[in-house]
Formats: sequence, C-alpha cells, structure tokens
Amino acid sequence: MTDSKYFTTTKKGEIFELKAELNSDKKEKKKEAVKKVIASMTVGKDVSALFPDVVNCMQTDNLELKKLVYLYLMNYAKSQPDMAIMAVNTFVKDCEDPNPLIRALAVRTMGCIRVDKITEYLCEPLRKCLKDEDPYVRKTAAVCVAKLHDINAQLVEDQGFLDTLKDLISDSNPMVVANAVAALSEIAESHPNSNLLDLNPQSINKLLTALNECTEWGQIFILDCLANYTPRDDRESQSICERVTPRLSHANSAVVLSAVKVLMKFMEMLPKDLDYYGTLLKKLAPPLVTLLSAEPELQYVALRNINLIVQKRPEILKHEMKVFFVKYNDPIYVKLEKLDIMIRLASQANIAQVLAELKEYATEVDVDFVRKAVRAIGRCAIKVEQSAERCVSTLLDLIQTKVNYVVQEAIVVIKDIFRKYPNKYESVIATLCENLDSLDEPEARAAMIWIVGEYAERIDNADELLESFLEGFHDESTQVQLQLLTAIVKLFLKKPTETQELVQQVLSLATQDSDNPDLRDRGYIYWRLLSTDPVAAKEVVLAEKPLISEETDLIEPTLLEELICHIGTLASVYHKPPSAFVEGSRGVQHKRIPIRSGSGESSESQDTGGAPGATEAPAAIIPSQGDLLGDLLNLDLTPPTSTAGAPPGPPMPMGGMDLLGGGLDSLMGDESEPYSPQMPRGADTPQSLRFSHSSPSSPDYSPTELAPGPALQLGGDIGGSPSMGSGFGAPAAVMPSSLNAPVGGGLGDLFDLGGGVGMPMGTFVPPKTLWLPAMKGKGLEIMGTFARRAGVIQMEMTLTNKAMSVMTDFAIQFNRNSFGLAPAGPLQVPTPLSPNQTIDVSLPLNNGGPVMKMEPLNNLQVAVKNNIDVFYFSCQYPISMLFVEDGKMDRQVFLATWKDIPNENEAQFQINDCHLNSDAASNKLQGSNVFTIAKRTVEGQDMLYQSMKLTNGICVLTELRVQTGSPTYTVSLKCRAAEVSQCVFQCYEAALKN
Amino acid sequence: MIHSLFLVNSSGDIFLEKHWKSVVSRSVCDYFFEAQERATEPENVPPVIPTPHHYLISVLRHRIYFVAVIQSEVPPLFVIEFLHRVVDTFQDYFGVCTEAAIKDNVVVVYELLEEMLDNGFPLATESNILKELIKPPTILRTMVNTITGSTNVGEQLPTGQLSVVPWRRTGVKYTNNEAYFDVVEEIDVIIDKSGSTITAEIQGVIDACVKLTGMPDLTLSFMNPRLLDDVSFHPCVRFKRWEAERILSFIPPDGNFRLLSYHVSSQNLVAIPVYVKHNITFREGSSQGRFDLTLGPKQTMGKGVEAVLVSSQLPRGVLNANLSASQGTYTFDPVTKMLTWDVGKINPQKLPSLKGSMSLQAGASKPDENPSINIQFKIQQMAISGLKVNRLDMYGEKYKPFKGIKYMTKAGKFQDNKLNQKEDHRDIHCEGTMQEQSWPLSPWTGCVFRRSFVKMCRMEGEVFLSGFTVTTR
Repeated sequence: MTDSKYFTTTKKGEIFELKAELNSDKKEKKKEAVKKVIASMTVGKDVSALFPDVVNCMQTDNLELKKLVYLYLMNYAKSQPDMAIMAVNTFVKDCEDPNPLIRALAVRTMGCIRVDKITEYLCEPLRKCLKDEDPYVRKTAAVCVAKLHDINAQLVEDQGFLDTLKDLISDSNPMVVANAVAALSEIAESHPNSNLLDLNPQSINKLLTALNECTEWGQIFILDCLANYTPRDDRESQSICERVTPRLSHANSAVVLSAVKVLMKFMEMLPKDLDYYGTLLKKLAPPLVTLLSAEPELQYVALRNINLIVQKRPEILKHEMKVFFVKYNDPIYVKLEKLDIMIRLASQANIAQVLAELKEYATEVDVDFVRKAVRAIGRCAIKVEQSAERCVSTLLDLIQTKVNYVVQEAIVVIKDIFRKYPNKYESVIATLCENLDSLDEPEARAAMIWIVGEYAERIDNADELLESFLEGFHDESTQVQLQLLTAIVKLFLKKPTETQELVQQVLSLATQDSDNPDLRDRGYIYWRLLSTDPVAAKEVVLAEKPLISEETDLIEPTLLEELICHIGTLASVYHKPPSAFVEGSRGVQHKRIPIRSGSGESSESQDTGGAPGATEAPAAIIPSQGDLLGDLLNLDLTPPTSTAGAPPGPPMPMGGMDLLGGGLDSLMGDESEPYSPQMPRGADTPQSLRFSHSSPSSPDYSPTELAPGPALQLGGDIGGSPSMGSGFGAPAAVMPSSLNAPVGGGLGDLFDLGGGVGMPMGTFVPPKTLWLPAMKGKGLEIMGTFARRAGVIQMEMTLTNKAMSVMTDFAIQFNRNSFGLAPAGPLQVPTPLSPNQTIDVSLPLNNGGPVMKMEPLNNLQVAVKNNIDVFYFSCQYPISMLFVEDGKMDRQVFLATWKDIPNENEAQFQINDCHLNSDAASNKLQGSNVFTIAKRTVEGQDMLYQSMKLTNGICVLTELRVQTGSPTYTVSLKCRAAEVSQCVFQCYEAALKN
Repeated sequence: MIHSLFLVNSSGDIFLEKHWKSVVSRSVCDYFFEAQERATEPENVPPVIPTPHHYLISVLRHRIYFVAVIQSEVPPLFVIEFLHRVVDTFQDYFGVCTEAAIKDNVVVVYELLEEMLDNGFPLATESNILKELIKPPTILRTMVNTITGSTNVGEQLPTGQLSVVPWRRTGVKYTNNEAYFDVVEEIDVIIDKSGSTITAEIQGVIDACVKLTGMPDLTLSFMNPRLLDDVSFHPCVRFKRWEAERILSFIPPDGNFRLLSYHVSSQNLVAIPVYVKHNITFREGSSQGRFDLTLGPKQTMGKGVEAVLVSSQLPRGVLNANLSASQGTYTFDPVTKMLTWDVGKINPQKLPSLKGSMSLQAGASKPDENPSINIQFKIQQMAISGLKVNRLDMYGEKYKPFKGIKYMTKAGKFQDNKLNQKEDHRDIHCEGTMQEQSWPLSPWTGCVFRRSFVKMCRMEGEVFLSGFTVTTR
C-alpha cells in the first residue's frame, strides 16, 4: 500500500468528496484526506478551494497532521490571505508549546506564509523565538528573519530584528551562528550600503570557531562571509588561512571551493617569501584535482573555477596536466572546459604530451569538440614557440584527412600562426590552396583570402584565386567581403601591372553595389588612398603588422581579480562580473545606484530608491576608494590589500587607507573651478586619428563608429578574428609618423563625402583644466577635459613630464562613478615620455563600468599609474557629455512626460548675463544634444521646450524662458531622477555662455 | 538560495515540484527542455542554464533530472551538492530512486524536502536526523500505520541537531555491535596504442557501516598512511589528529556513511593488470573491415582477472559485425553500434580473443573515428593502491564490537582508446575493476558479506582486525 492511492480519482467531484472527508469526525479519515490534498497539490492540481476545511484540521495534537496542514498553508496562504488570518492564533499558540520541535516548526511555517497582513502578528512570537532557550528554535528563528525581510523589509528594520540577528553571530551554538550568517548574507544582498555583516577581528574569531563545528552548509555560508573580510595585516591573514585550510579536506565540494576562494584571496596579502606561502600553494592542488573525480556536474563548475585559478596562479596546477586529459565518456561540456585548461597549462615541458592528446581529440566524433581541439593546436603553437613547427605539421596532417570541418578550422588557425611567426611556415601555403574549394564557412574563407592576399607575391596564381572568390561577391558574408577587398588591394599593390582590372572591379563592387556601410567606407578609403598617393597606400596597407600575442584569450586582469573574489559562484561559472547579472538577481542590484536605469518605467522606481541612496552616498565614498585601490592592484602594484568586490560598507581597516583617503579628499576639495568657455575645435579629427594609429593594441572598435573604424582597419587585417581577439584587429603598429598628415587629410575628405555621417558640430567642450599638478604627480602634470565626439565620450588629456627622468608604462583606471564611465581601452601613451615633453592623449570612454553614486554626481575619481608611482585625482565631467544623439522626444511624449513627473522634481535656475536670442540659444544647445521640441512666444517671452537623454536612459525635460532684451534666462528642469538637475543646469550655463 | 525544485523524467514531464519560497511557474522549465533538446545525449545537458529571471541548475541521476531554480547569486556547487543529497536520501529511504518510487511515496518525499530545506537554506540533510524526523516507509510500518493510525513522522526533537556531534543521535542501542569498513578503489586509466599509460589515477573511498551502542569513539590506523595525501573526510573525523599522527579518530554516525574518500595519483600506481592487443582496420574502397582483439592478464600477483566485460562503440558506418569469440559471448547492437563482449574469467593459458569482420555501409567512406574500447573487470583480493588498514580501536564504551574490513578495487573509467587506421592506433580505453583483499591479520570465521558493491564488482574477502574478538550476542 503506497501513496499512489492518493492519486486515484473518483467519478464524483473530487474536491467535493475531499471536503466531506476533511470535515469527518474521525481523525484517521481526516488525515487521509489531508494526505490526498497534499498529493494533489504536489502534482500541481489546484486544491485551494479546500482552504477553510484544511485549516480547520490544524488544531491537533497529531504532529504529522499538523505538518501536513502547515505544508498546505505555505502553498496557498498567498491566494487566500483573509482565510490565512484564521491560522494566526494557532501559530501564536504553537510558538509557546513546551516542545521545542513544535515551537521551531511554528516559527518556520509562519515565515513561509507570505501574506502582508499576517506579518505584523508574527513579530512578537518571532522575537520570543529569537531569544528562545533552545538553540534549535533560535536557529530556525534566524532564518525566519530573512524570510520576513523578504516580505516586508521595513517591518524587520523597525522591529529591530536585524540587531538581534547580529547578536546571534556571537551565539554559543555554531549552528545558530551559521544560520545567522546565512540570513544576514541574504538580507545584505538586497540591502545596499548596509553594514550588516560588519566584521571585526572578534567576530571573525567567532566565525572561525563556529566553522569547525557547524554543518557543511553552515560552513559554506561562513566561508563565503569570511571571503568578504579584509584582514588588517599579513599576520591576521595567515592565521585565518591556517584555520580555513582544513576545510580543503571536506567531503562537500562546495565547502572545498569556498575555502579555496578564501585562501586565494587572502594569499594575496602574504609575503611571497614566507614559507607558509609555499606550503599553502602546495595544499591547494590536491583538493582541486579531487574535485575532478566527482560527478560531471560538479566537475564542470570546478573546471570553470580552475580556469580562473590557473590564470591567476598557474604554479598551483602546473604539474597536474594529466588530470585534465579528456576521458572518452566525459560529457561534452566537461570536455570543452578541460581543453581550455590544457592550453592554459601548456608549456615547453609538457607540450609534446599535450599535442599528442590534441591530435587524438581532433579525430573524435563530436564536431564541436573536434573544432575546439584543432583551434587548441593553433593556440599551442602561438603560446609555446618551440612547438610551433610540430603544431604546423600536426595541422597539415589534419588537413590531409580532408574532413571538411577539420580542414576549415585548421586553415583558420594556420592564419593565426602566420601572424605570429611571419615568414616561417609559408611553405605550407600550397597545401592550403589545394583545399580552397572545400571551404564553405565564412571564417575559413576569410582566413584563406587573407593568406592569399598577404602572400600574394609568392602565390603565382593569386589573382586567379581571388578572382574566383570575387564572382560570388554579393553572396559572401561581410567578413569575407571585407577581407576580399583588402586582399585584392594588397595584391594590386604588390603586382600592380596585372591586377588593375581586378582592383577596379572590387572597388566598384564594394562602393557602388553594396549597401553595407563598413564595406563602402573601406572601399572609399582604399580608393582615395590609391588614387591620391599610391606610395602612402602601400605604406598603410602593407605596413608591418603587430605580432599577435599568445595570451589574447586571457581574461582581463581587473575582471580576473574580481572573479577570483567570486570563486564558486555563478559569476565564476560565467566568467562575468556579478554586476553583469542584472536581471533576476537582487544580489547585484545593490551595486548599482538608483540613477542607473534603462527606461522611463524603471526610472520611476528609481525615485523611491533614490532617497536612501542619496543619504548614504557620502558614507559610501570611503570603501569605494578601497575598491579603487583594489583595482589598481591589477596594475601590479605592491600593496597587498583587498581586491575588487569588497563589500561596500565596512570601514576599511587597511594599511595606507587613511593616507589615501585624505589625499583624495583634499584633491576633491581643490576641485572647485567650474568649466569656462572655449575649446578650439577642428583639431579633433587628426588628434583622435593620431591616437588610434599609434595604438598597437587598442581594442576593436565597432565598425559602425565611423571615425576610428576605417582608420583602424587600414592595415588590412582580418578584423576581429574571434580566436585571436583584439590583437588581430589592431592597426599597423609602426606607422611612419610622416604619414599621419596625408592619411588624416584623406580621411577628412572622405568624411565630407559621407555627408552628415560625420560628427555633429558644436559640441560644447570645456577647456582643459589642471587635474594633477606636477607637485602631486611627482613631476607628472595632467591637464584634461572631456568631449563627446561622434557619439563617443573622449577624455582628452595633456600629459607633461616635469621630472628629470623618463616616464613609461602609463595606465589609467577610474573609480566607480555615477554613470559607470570606464575607459574603453587602455591608455595609449605612444612613446616613453622624456623630461619636459608634452603629449596629448585621448581616451575613449564607455558606460560599461561599475556604477556608484558620487557626490557631486559628475565627480570622477581617476588613478593614473606610471613607472614612478600611482597618482589619484578627481575631476568633474560636464554632464552634457552623456547626452545621447537620439534624445529628441516626440511632442506628445514630451507633454505627457512633463505632466507625469511630479512637481517636487522640478528645479528652477537663473542664468545671468547671457546675450543670445532664443534661436541662437537653441542652436547652441542642439550642438550638445539638447533638442528643442517646441517654441512658444507669450508676452514677449520665448519659451523653449527641450529634451535630452542621458546614456543610462534618464530623460531630462526643460523649459527655457528667454525674455527679449533681458540677459537673464530662466531654466525649469523636470526629471524623474531629480539629482541630475544641478548638473544639467551647469551644462546649460556653460554651453550658453560659451 | 534554492527557490524551487522540479523533477523531470526522461520523457520530459515534470512529475513533482516543490517550492521553498514563492511559487515559480513550471514554465521556467521550458528553458531546460530547450537545452535538453539541443543536447545530443541526455547527459550532455549543461548543468547551469541561465534564463531571464532565474538560473536552472540540474543533475541527472537514475534517469531523472533534478532541476533546481535559483534567483540570486548562489554557489552552484552548493546547489549541486544539495541535489545529490536529495538523491541519496531518496535512495536511502526507498531503496531505489525512480519515478515510480517517488510517486509511490509522494507524501514522504514532500515531507522530506520540507525538512531538508527551509526558505532555501539547508536544514537537515544528515540521514540520521531525517530518519528521526520522518521514518522511512517499510512494509511493516505501512501495515501498522494503517491499523493503528500512527504516522511516519517522529514525535521527538531530533536531538542530534543540537549536540556537538550533530551527525550522531543519542541513545543508540544495538544487541549486535558491529562495525564494517569497505575500502573501495576505482581505477581510471587511459592507455595509448602502444600500451603505455597516458594517465592513471585511483579514486578510493572507505565506506563504513557502524552499528554500535552509545557514543563510541573510534580510531582507525593504516599500515601505509603516506598513500593518503589527498583526502576528503566525513565531518566526524578529527582533522588535527590526522594532521599530526595520521590516525583517523572519530565518533561515527549511526549506520552507513562514507568515512573518507581519497585520490592517489599516478606516481603510486602499480601496473595495469590487463593488456589488450587489438587490430581494427577498414580498407579504403572496401565495405569490409577487420576486427581482432585479444586480452591477457598482466601483473596480477597471481590473482585471477574475472568478470571481464569489453565494450566498444564502433564507427557509425558499421552495419554489422560478424565475429567469433574464443570464449564468452558477444552482442552487437546495430542501432547504437555498441559492441559488447562478456568474457568472464581470463585464463592465462588460453587468452580470450574476438575476431572477425565488420560490414560497412556500401559506398560509405572509411570511418574517421577511432573506436575506443572500454574494459571492465575485477580482480579478487588485490588493492590497487596497496592501502591497508592496520587496526581499529574503540574508546568510550565497554562492550566489544564485531568488526570487519573489506577491500575492493573496481574500475572507474578504465579506458582504452584506439584508432583504427594503420599506424595511428592509439588509445585503448579500458574500464576495469580490480578487487583486492588484504590478508587477514588473524584468522576469522563466520563473517557474513553484507553488502554488494557497485555494478560488476563485488569484494569477496574481508579482513579481521587484531585486538578484538568477535562477539555475538
């Protein structure tokens, strides 16, 4: 006799029958009925109609029946809130029961009834249970606080439950401690800027003690919590490490990985010459290897994390290559991950083994796996120079198999090998050309075309080959078309006599018959180049290309640093910072400030969230500097302190912290000078071009950004080969400087051709101000300003070396800021900066960085590093920089939005001494992406209605009143995020007075 | 933390759902089904699947997908470990973990899940504690319940949850006090075409079944503890003592548990006990292929290799195989292309072989893949790593328990991966089982083999530890 009987139905109405049974006098019948109800519930049938009848069964001495009714209540209370109140009394009574099991059960169930009305009745019983003499009840109550917080956060705060919960961290029972930590962690996730888990050495000690005695799950919570702590010095760090190390031998892999996280993070603080440091490194390897003999799902997560660990500290697993060899029956997701790690661990010592394995994998059945294996061989060649020859011969062997996808993949990677070792393996080209016809994937075709173009002088029939591709030009993908264009131009420059016709043909195909702007632009550039100055064209198109680096596939150090702090989490599985998990994850929203919003709808919710954010902003500044410092660690600086991802909140007891904070504060104090008018225009284009030319490793610009795009592609490389990442798309590195002018000029012409596609005129650019005086910068002086050019925010700086020695190795980082501004690429300072030299650099910015509200809103804290030191300064950017080009609102929308925004959000400002008429003002503002929607003249007053949109989607609406003949303007601003008003006003003033 | 759990059977139906927080619509599983469709094999469904609002973390056990739904940043390993615990608990309670068993015991399942997780936080996952809270269904209890109206739910507070040894309940009483330890070793080897070992590793566990009265404090020492440098312990083991003295000292949980698991790297490995000679060829342009396979024992210290089972996934182009086996029987499944050869025991005098021809699809080109060969076997009375238990002592209780140790080695993914093209023959992928028994330290009679081991490998020997006498009451 089993429970399956509960699933049988009768012909009569099932609900009706159950109802009758529930109201039966016989206890036994009642219980059977409740069981039937529960069984129906588990399979998703709706039995909510029985609510009153089931709740009536609640007052019973039978524990099982009670539990069953509780189960039912939890499921349906939400849909029957009025009925659920009936249950309150029983709960309150059960919370006083002499049996702690019942007390705990009651408090547990109470928390699961997600009905607002009930929550207030539950506070008193919960308070009692939190102080219960029985630890089992206390620990259950701790979790209940988290549940209640989820339903009604305000109530929990008002009732002081959070403080009680904090006290429980010092409880004598380890399980209570663990649950309190778990509950606090969960509450802290949804609670920005709270210092709920404010750890100090005493509480750390308590946690470490509890760590040894609580359950495995408790250990995970405690370890994750420990990972957020920043030890005061290396001593403390070592002692924590010592006490955490035994967890590496735990049977639960989640405990092991959390322990690894704590150790990886705290190891940073230990001096490298310490004996203990070496011991710790050795201890980390075995548990990681052990994780790989677990179930495939565990292996997968472990491998994703090992991938990070191997990048951060390759020494840990360098002798363990063999455990990553793929097993025949591994699931595909495990195989692919193992392959990745094998390449990362490949070195001269083990390359023979690795290659033998990879070659074997390349003959397996699974296509994805085979492709990746072939790619891996190419990556080995690029990574381990000594092995290149063997890799090439292995690849040739694979090409001989004639298996279509293997051949194509092999050709793609051989192209990369050519890039890395030019003029070494060209003898294989003949073999490659034999397979020309079998290539049907764009990437392989593009690779082959690139090879033909690049080595056109050595391939006798290069023109025929390329011509054959040209026949189906319009059917090719963009990638192939671009490549074909470049290859033919290369061919033409190498063999001008025979191929004139071909180049004419491809240029006309690209410029006249194509509607792809990238292709057209590139075509025009080549055309113009070839027709004006073939010598220059030769130098541009056939310029020596920068070698691709072997580590292009590595995770960027800042991100890696952050991910190391998140070992064992989803972030580590996806190799994305937690802030990238916006949706569905409350856990990260606290890192975003209220101002960040995508649409009008969400900006409304911002307003409610805005208030606490605003009040707490000053307090948040201090830890954020900790983060800044942490980020800078990635630049290989010495101070071993916390890394990115430290929780906002705890006052950082870090060494050197105060000093730094002080410095920044004084710096910010200095920053009082607002921007004033006039910035010479016209220098823009050459300047930004020169910059992009001289950047050997600047990242791929998206091809739609007109200005830098084509210039970057001029080198004629395969743009954005995924396997090789940024290095490949980079421009000619050694561009003769004399070339800059003609190229720049040619481009300028081209932009005129494009007609209007170029940059909008008249963007207001404040003049450069002194950001870092030489006194504070140890001889480095930085003047700078911000500009928006062609939709890209540029940070333009003049660096002057006023010291006696040469400066090199420049790098820049931003602290989190209100709009998530972040450098879109590394800081490119072309030459070593010799004494007394001045250089202009322009750094493109994007909005993808972490967000934190600053005070004032447009404040940006910057750290610049060079070979001498790291310097911090802060500057303010004009908010107009963030006005996007499509900020023009529809009239109707404007009206509706204006009405919609509450009046308290309206701000009014006066601008004095402005002698423009309203049209001139409108034009001027238009240049800064402030769009005039309507104009009205009332009693000699011109009213301009204008809108603008910030990069994060916030819309600002204004009404500008211009009294004819009066120099005073009145601006009324309305915006859902009222805090931007002041900044916008400043922009108006600056732009109009400019 | 963990929001919800869905159980999905192999045909893609959700047959049970449980929500620990607010209810998540089962439509969230559509993302899982999509991933399931994309995967070629059931086991290739990725364990972590992102959806717009949730993350789905799944494990596949006993052909049931356990899909957990989480909403915030939760360590995925935490979820996976928990799901494994759920599976283990079901198996512990119902003997098997199948859809039928779960449906038959749906109320117990629901009660269990409710006890295991509270608001997504693990509550009671130790089987000891759970069994106190909810008694496992037995035929007898079901009958008694039906007659008396009593229930499966325990009336007491699970005392273990509060004590310093949460894994052990108090007041345990047995008439027969017994402690059994099973040393089980799995060996994973990949051998290349020339017969040399590419990788080899041993994964070992010591599973215990302890039924002792009161609060016994046990110590277990090894002859060669140096072997164990990469170990994971049950929480009950005192780590400090192990670090200092290399002795396992612990108060055991009641009943079955895994005392430790360990990993022995290839350096410490003895030779692979089986060799394979193979010759699998396809000729270009011909629709026939040749298949030739011979097995032989190697360095087994006089122990016989038994229960040998060879399986090989032949290339897709193979239509049929016409082979003859010198011993045992073979089968070829033309749909899955799986060749299975049940060899039985290897006689060193007359080596077993399997020879014959394979017919290929007419006109098909020569297959590219290399069939790999899996070999499963067991060897009695031999432990591959050489780990040996020295003695077991008990403190804290007065009675004398009955103790036994079994050793066994079984194959993990002993793998022999082999290429079918002339010179390129490479890996033999063999899956083997080796068992060993360490010699008894003193003669011992009357032991009963209580547990059978996983799949094909059973351990037949047991070791009696010195210093104790057998007590039967």
